[in-house]
Amino acid sequence: MFFFRFGQYLLMLKGMFSRPENLKMYWKEFMHQCVEIGIGSLGIVMIISLFLGGVTTVQTAYQLISPWIPKTTISMVVRDTLILELAPTMVCIVLAGVIGSKISSELGNMRVSEQIDALEIMGINTRGYLVLPKILAALLVIPLLVIIAGFLGIWGGLEAGKMAGIIAPQQFMQGLVMNFNSFNVFFALIKSYTFAFIISSVSAYYGYHVKGGALEIGRASTTAVVVSCILILFADYGLAAILLQ
Amino acid sequence: MIEVINVSKGFGGNTVMKEVSAVMYSGKTNLIIGTSGSGKTVLMKCMVGLFEVDTGRILYNGQDFTAMTDREKKGIREQIGMLFQGTALFDSMTVKQNVMFPLDMFSPLSYKEKMNRVNFCLDRVNLQDAHNKYPAEISGGMKKRVGIARAIVLNPRYLFCDEPNSGLDPQSSLLIDKLIKEITLEFDITTVINTHDMNSVMEIGDHIIYLYEGIKQWEGTKKDIIFSKNEKLNHFIFASEFLQDAKEMRQLEIMQNKDSGNPPIG
Repeated sequence: MFFFRFGQYLLMLKGMFSRPENLKMYWKEFMHQCVEIGIGSLGIVMIISLFLGGVTTVQTAYQLISPWIPKTTISMVVRDTLILELAPTMVCIVLAGVIGSKISSELGNMRVSEQIDALEIMGINTRGYLVLPKILAALLVIPLLVIIAGFLGIWGGLEAGKMAGIIAPQQFMQGLVMNFNSFNVFFALIKSYTFAFIISSVSAYYGYHVKGGALEIGRASTTAVVVSCILILFADYGLAAILLQ
Repeated sequence: MIEVINVSKGFGGNTVMKEVSAVMYSGKTNLIIGTSGSGKTVLMKCMVGLFEVDTGRILYNGQDFTAMTDREKKGIREQIGMLFQGTALFDSMTVKQNVMFPLDMFSPLSYKEKMNRVNFCLDRVNLQDAHNKYPAEISGGMKKRVGIARAIVLNPRYLFCDEPNSGLDPQSSLLIDKLIKEITLEFDITTVINTHDMNSVMEIGDHIIYLYEGIKQWEGTKKDIIFSKNEKLNHFIFASEFLQDAKEMRQLEIMQNKDSGNPPIG
């Protein structure tokens, strides 16, 4: 069953690449998906990243009990934790739920109500018109959301440290620039592109191949999110093992 | 004209359609009738290429559709309009956007020319005031009419209607039937309709094919169907006692009029 599904998934990806019937319409659909995926997820990403940064600051300060460790260590830890893990992975796991369920239920509903068949009969390559713009939009927008999450998380940490009296803003900023490794940003972007592809392609696969009715659409949506999350975690470990050695 | 030659199709070991052959004539309403599960929708989906046939061929004006690549099929598909049982309207688009979508995708016309075409098609199906409404805001009959408008907007040569009257009241059904018939004659289209509604058969059926358990049992016109000797067909048509009584009364009337030398009425 796994090989059958994997083969179907690869065929769906292969089928996306054909000459568009009308480039303007495809571009319009791509822009529409960028707005849906990007603007639609911005609110939740902002809230999550602010609180992730705040909580990381407070909990790091709680663990650094020795007076010999300078307070600037707190912001160093917050920075690296956010960039390496929390911004790309945690945010993408949340996006797997938000965006992944949206993509799979939209395509599933279109499949069940024969809208995909209607497009096929018009002579439109539905994998190219419906799936490819979603994947491309995710690849463009999700890394941008991760970057926003990183900045907001650090700012959330700064504000949390100030409000709780843990660390002064000047000390926080001082720690942010100490021992900064720019490779971490590159690593975070590699992760976010990988996770963006996983979220969009897996969700599109489950939605596109729904058979049945409302119950099956719900199941496909749930399965898409669960499978996306598991694959994100596998990819997270794999990328860390390969790139951080 | 569409020719179906010995087409068979099965799913998971079950043969749903077995060696069906038929001709769909242009400028006529060709009806495929049968009970639920007889293979009508499978035959129609094979004809439009949504299902791959297991054996047999489907010819569009002599061109073998079943042997074509996906790219070659696009050329035929651009000449096909289809009305689905559930209408398959794009629910995130208004009525105007739904009808304009094929034009936006395939036609080089300007926006004004496209609007003129959209207005023409919506006028043709008597939907002048629904342009900015969404599918969720209109009735079932209106949705069917939008579906027909979208199906004819690119001047198709072939029109497929999968149970166009399902879910409609008798009056709306009649309107839809008449509309399909008028469009078929007006634009000289090859129209293929799936239905199990005998009213549609008697109203607009120029050429009728009866399927039973995936096999073609009978073929003819609406004039022949009432007096067919095919048992399965008779059982299908006269499933209700009311219709059986109507048939007997009709036959009695014909015999009486024959005896008296008067032609039967209707």
